[in-house]
Amino acid sequence: MRDEAEPGANGRTARSRRQILAAGTALVGGSLAGRAMAAETGSVDTPPQGPPQGPPDVPRWMKEPGADVGSEPYGQPSPYEKDVIRNIPKGGKQYTSSASRTPLQDLDGIITPNGLFYERHHGGIPAIDPSAHRLMIHGLVERPLLLTMDELRRFPTESHIYFLECSGNPGFEVIKQGRTASDLVGLASCCEWTGVRLKTILDEVGVKPEARWVVAEGADAAALTRSVPLEKCLDDALLVFSQNGERLRPQQGYPVRLLLPGFEGNMSVKWLRRLNVVAEPAYSREETAKYTDSMPNGTARQFTFVMEAKSIITRPSGTQRIAKGFNEITGLAWSGRGRITGVEVSVDGGATWQAARLQEPVLNRAFTRFRLPWSWDGQAATILSRATDQTGYVQPSFADLTAVRGMKSFYHNNAIVPWRIATDGEVSNGYV
Amino acid sequence: MATSRLLRLLSLPLALLASSAQAEGRFGFGRAPSPEEIAGWNIDIDRDGRKLPPGRGSVAQGKALFEAQCAGCHGTKGEGGIGDRLAGGQGSLATPKPVKTVGSFWPYAPTLYDYIHRAMPMNAPQSLKPDEVYALVAYLLNLNGLVPDDAVMDAATLPKVTMPNRDGFVPDPRPDAR
Repeated sequence: MRDEAEPGANGRTARSRRQILAAGTALVGGSLAGRAMAAETGSVDTPPQGPPQGPPDVPRWMKEPGADVGSEPYGQPSPYEKDVIRNIPKGGKQYTSSASRTPLQDLDGIITPNGLFYERHHGGIPAIDPSAHRLMIHGLVERPLLLTMDELRRFPTESHIYFLECSGNPGFEVIKQGRTASDLVGLASCCEWTGVRLKTILDEVGVKPEARWVVAEGADAAALTRSVPLEKCLDDALLVFSQNGERLRPQQGYPVRLLLPGFEGNMSVKWLRRLNVVAEPAYSREETAKYTDSMPNGTARQFTFVMEAKSIITRPSGTQRIAKGFNEITGLAWSGRGRITGVEVSVDGGATWQAARLQEPVLNRAFTRFRLPWSWDGQAATILSRATDQTGYVQPSFADLTAVRGMKSFYHNNAIVPWRIATDGEVSNGYV
Repeated sequence: MATSRLLRLLSLPLALLASSAQAEGRFGFGRAPSPEEIAGWNIDIDRDGRKLPPGRGSVAQGKALFEAQCAGCHGTKGEGGIGDRLAGGQGSLATPKPVKTVGSFWPYAPTLYDYIHRAMPMNAPQSLKPDEVYALVAYLLNLNGLVPDDAVMDAATLPKVTMPNRDGFVPDPRPDAR
């Protein structure tokens, strides 16, 4: 839910940016043209806005042919949707090892558009030529194997819809800093993935009896390395080369990545170049110094793989504004342990709860959309959601979580997110 | 008819060879990597350092390298900056303000070799020679008071360094809160 587009301030008939650009270049040229364009449109990136094109007048976009078929060989969103973009944190010390978030509050349904999938890279995004890329499987196997991408795609393939979520979504100590749903849990996205079962490849190479783990390594500048239990590799793990019907985006691991449904995102190694079948974990930096959960007694939990059940109301949510009367409450729920079986919503700060309707499809380890019709009476309110998954696990409150884990465990914060609604309809972070 | 039977007979041994993977229920795509190809990519070093390569480096060599290639991000004494803090923090893990560094938190010394070799320096990963990686490891361990000033790290000495937080990790007990 975003603000209505304001009518053009000067009341002039708006023209397309291309028309303005053409006129400006023809009449004035050079830098003057740029200034004229900026004066007419506000800024070069703001599409022109004008008065409503409702009845009885003929809308202006009906009075001339539109853009040609094929004018965009790869289609882009409407320029009016230019603010629906990845949520990139400002003021980072560097952006080689950093993260950007999916704008969950601006999206509908359960599928994340490929260009808005969250990012977490540890050594930047490599520019990989797929014809030059190789995937090697070796270690405790009968027949080590080297595959080109064309060879990998000859194996039997499968498609599944799974969420992927960064383990630090969000960190415990920053929970009061987030303003939007994206700020708080935007390090989660959901796609239809297509690839080859890792089990198919492991059967092909012949895993030796003493094998217990598979060390996966990326072809990025971090050569990111995680150890995956063999049990998971032989279960639902995929070697993925497509997302939402097209080849992986470079940000998601082009040309091939590991995909471990329900596990913390860092383990689904992108730009995969190597699988080393071993008896013991590598104990890499990413599974010792990082991605371990520090407890109040000084110990750290290790190999904390599963992302537990979580939900968030995406509308109404932080920085949005609602009006009195009917408002649909909607959001997303997911669990690394399987299907979501229920989402409850409270509109009175957690005093009472009611069941939200789950939108089909309700899939294993995928985003599930929930909805609850609600009429807002204009009084200050706090709204929350809590998810239950097929194991019976119920999403905890932040207080319940921190009572066990303290404030320094950073990873695997799946706490309930409260949104506070002020009497003027402004929605804000209920943790603040 | 006779010709085709002859052709079939001639092609039989070849067909048997080509389908041996299929006969065992395999697809037969791709090829076996050579030992040299495997060795070139087989860079993960486990906690016992069993695959550490030949080479050696001293604290003094590491100090010079660190100041030239690492201090810009990690600080001259590993105090941190754009990059992580690398030194200090021992005894802080059970306090409200844990400081997690190589010295206070990392459980296994060989992991330092693995990570520096694969990922550092950030602007030129996998550019350091084994002697240089060993030297940097020696210096970082020395900064944390874990090896003496005259220490030399190699495939034999590095796995023998016991990190203070070696036993600080526990398995996942979740679900733990609801």
